[in-house]
Amino acid sequence: MEPAEIAEKIKEQFPDEFLEVREFRGQAAVTVKKGRLVDICRYLHDEPSLFFDFLVDLCGVDYLGKKENRFVVLYNLYSVRHRHRILVKAEVPEASPSIDTVVPIWAGANWHERECFDLFGITFNGHPDLRRILLPEGWEGHPLRKDYPVKGPGPDQEWKGFTEVLARAQRYKEFEWDE
Amino acid sequence: MGLITSPASLTLVEADDGTKIMNPNIVITSFDKIINWARVSSLWPMTFGLACCAIEMMAVYASHNDLDRMGIIPRGSPRQSDFMFVAGTVTKKMSEVVRRVYDQMPEPRYVISVGSCANSGGIFNSYSTVQGCDTFLPIDVYIPGCPPRPEAFIDGIIKLQEKMRAEHFHWSRWR
Repeated sequence: MEPAEIAEKIKEQFPDEFLEVREFRGQAAVTVKKGRLVDICRYLHDEPSLFFDFLVDLCGVDYLGKKENRFVVLYNLYSVRHRHRILVKAEVPEASPSIDTVVPIWAGANWHERECFDLFGITFNGHPDLRRILLPEGWEGHPLRKDYPVKGPGPDQEWKGFTEVLARAQRYKEFEWDE
Repeated sequence: MGLITSPASLTLVEADDGTKIMNPNIVITSFDKIINWARVSSLWPMTFGLACCAIEMMAVYASHNDLDRMGIIPRGSPRQSDFMFVAGTVTKKMSEVVRRVYDQMPEPRYVISVGSCANSGGIFNSYSTVQGCDTFLPIDVYIPGCPPRPEAFIDGIIKLQEKMRAEHFHWSRWR
């Protein structure tokens, strides 16, 4: 099925949720409201003529100062049976950065959602194990947010694990052999 | 052969600076020199890699450059290692592990910092990356490069050997 047809089908099925569709180089990106996202995903997964059985990627985007709703969660879907693809975008406001999980539909979304939570601070309601996945536990902040300082929050707000390593290195200096 | 039979065979021949050979099989040298010779000839590195420099390190260990000919055999445990390569980008999350591996090595121990990232943080001047692993480790040799060529690796090891050869009584805590 052509991407435009798939977008049209989503629009027919969920007229209240559908916001816009953008096409670029033969790919279509459908923006929807986040409220019934799980229903839309369930429809895309179960409908035999669509059959999106493969969640290629799930990622977050930060549109700080460029959009009314700051975050977008993007679902890159592919159907192995029909060989077609669609991008589904759901806008997430900054005030309550949360969206429902799609892990019950695609189990592979588990770690993707954890990564999105780790780096953007978007919480996924109903996720079975929402912990940080890349950054160490005890890290403060979400580094892929545009307002996070690239070089870190500064030496006085250094991550505790690293300051402990530095302190240990200082402490062990007296045991070093020197000439 | 090997027996000293006459006073004429007791002539000392200077073989090297500080080493004399007495015909036919007696060598007079210092303890430092002979022990350093042994240490330098069997340097065992810790098998530990962090990023792309580790790929280059594997190439140096492999048959084309063959570090075995220098007595360098990678060990699977820090407790059997003489030195370690910090090969690659050290993240703050990983720094804990790097330091622990170093702490588990027995003295005398050495560290070679490999590549731009380990030396200074390299291009990764960011929140997650340690700006030079010398902030928490004592480094003996820095190898520049991104990643260094195998020749640079071997040069770094030779530099470490030179350093070890010049050491006095560094092989024992007893002094």
